[in-house]
Amino acid sequence: MDLQLFKRQDEYTWCIEPTGKMRVPAIIYADEPLMRDMDHKVYEQITNVATLPGIVKAAYAMPDAHWGYGFPIGGVAAFDAEQDGVVSAGGVGFDISCGVRTLRTGLRSRDIEQVKKKLADQLYRDIPAGLGSTGHIHLNPQQMNAMLMGGARWAVEQGFGTEDDLRYTEEHGCMSGAEPAQVSEKAKHRQRNEMGTLGSGNHYLEVQKVETIYDEEAGNAFGLNEGDVVVSIHCGSRGLGHQIGTEFLRSMAISAAEHEIKLPDRELACAPIKSSIGHNYLGAMRAGINCALANRQIITHLTRQAFAHVIPDVELSLLYDVSHNTCKEETHTIQGKERRLFVHRKGATRAFGPGHPDIPEEFRRIGQPVLIGGSMGTASYILTGTQESEQRAFSSACHGAGRAMSRHKAKKQWHGRQLIDELAAEGIEIRSPSLRGIAEEAPGAYKDVSAVVDAADHSGLARKVARLKPLICIKG
Amino acid sequence: MSHWQHYEHEADIGIEGIGASIEVAFIQAALALTAVITEPKNVSPESEVEISCEAPNDELLFVDWLNALIFEMADRKMLFSRFDVEITSQQPHASSLHAKVWGEMIDQARHQPVVEIKGATYTTLQVYEDSDHIWHAQTVVDV
Repeated sequence: MDLQLFKRQDEYTWCIEPTGKMRVPAIIYADEPLMRDMDHKVYEQITNVATLPGIVKAAYAMPDAHWGYGFPIGGVAAFDAEQDGVVSAGGVGFDISCGVRTLRTGLRSRDIEQVKKKLADQLYRDIPAGLGSTGHIHLNPQQMNAMLMGGARWAVEQGFGTEDDLRYTEEHGCMSGAEPAQVSEKAKHRQRNEMGTLGSGNHYLEVQKVETIYDEEAGNAFGLNEGDVVVSIHCGSRGLGHQIGTEFLRSMAISAAEHEIKLPDRELACAPIKSSIGHNYLGAMRAGINCALANRQIITHLTRQAFAHVIPDVELSLLYDVSHNTCKEETHTIQGKERRLFVHRKGATRAFGPGHPDIPEEFRRIGQPVLIGGSMGTASYILTGTQESEQRAFSSACHGAGRAMSRHKAKKQWHGRQLIDELAAEGIEIRSPSLRGIAEEAPGAYKDVSAVVDAADHSGLARKVARLKPLICIKG
Repeated sequence: MSHWQHYEHEADIGIEGIGASIEVAFIQAALALTAVITEPKNVSPESEVEISCEAPNDELLFVDWLNALIFEMADRKMLFSRFDVEITSQQPHASSLHAKVWGEMIDQARHQPVVEIKGATYTTLQVYEDSDHIWHAQTVVDV
């Protein structure tokens, strides 16, 4: 990226002043090396987002931003319905409510050393992963609608978890405003056998060790100590979300002209929040969020069963579940005035700071846990929301490492078998149905997650609490 | 002359079909789609599925074609390797496609599927006939 294009506001804040059709500035948070390595497409895409009707304050990109579809991945933008603001299917993406949940196990890393291979095999056996896998739960049309209304709450009512799980899930496990009637029969059909499946690509289930605690007070509040074993699950709304995204991207791209919206890029397909298509998308997308929350809840249940099979009497408690591909209606303070805004986070994690009423009481003094997934074989991080993130980017932070190399290049550079052996030598057990999939997901194909997290920390988007090292990784 | 290729996108993958007609370009792109997941030559064309779509123009028709294949792959848990495509183009009004496609159920051990395709995007989307009368159909798919 050419840094001359930006006005550097401070060490981590890079601003593009509005020019041409931009209604607001565009701001990227990153350190200089991350900025230099960032694809120029991020510049194009974030300035395009800044042209959309009803955008408030600025279009933002997180430190892990990379070339996406319409929005950059790592993009954040908020729109005001009262100012002809839009909702964008491209601003949420195909994997609606993709996110991470992390569970405490109460175990220390030495407790699983002897059973690590057995536990990896059991998790791989019990949790359907990869293309072609189906879940053990098959939903009829009535059950499908109930799941789309109820989310993780529905899953808990079916016996896949506890009330406590819901307390520590964003939206208490159930996104309000979902309208299953706005989800097509095709989307529901695509999902009917996919509940409780992990998916593929960068989705995973990892058993991790808390390697470092950076913030003792926050670590205590989150119940984390160095040496503890935790489990992180990264996946989304599966085929249902993909189908909703596909269908609304098309209908919004076609209807944009009717709403007199000139799209700088077809992929920025959007519709006024107050239009019928905008309303229908919000209803369908919220049902997609519930699908993702239910899916992660069911996988949690399967994970608990797998652990209990290998290590009797172990209890897995949910630390938190937070999504990074959503559009949420939230209250934000703009120039001292509270406003209801539709905040799009595409590859960006909600990061509410201390005192926010929507986070569990136990965390309210500290801030919301922000769960950042690394790539296979590299560290993941837990951060906490900050007060200043509200003013920085509508309380948002990065979501992961972000790719640095295409899949095309990665599969030429690495071999799956060799990577599995190398990671095993480092004490990391990998299980996956595809060797080429492993090669395409090689740790070296991603940006350095530590640099991304440090930039998020230093720029005030979120504060580092803990670093997690993988012990077992189940890849789809 | 007809062939397919993948091209680079930072997070995902671009697919391109190239051939003497728009139909051949669409067929080659479908092979490129399968090749994102597994080697097309390892997919046996055992079972037939019919696909129809209609769109305001050839580019949207191409995205609809890919998304119809992605839906059938996800819904039926199948992979496809043989394609027969007919396109009626009434530019600039509407284009329609009718296809028969053949494939088999996914076998994780044999096909080693690399990744699930979530959807076809409009990023770098192009359908065109070049100056040598060769058709190209390309876009990026989200994986």
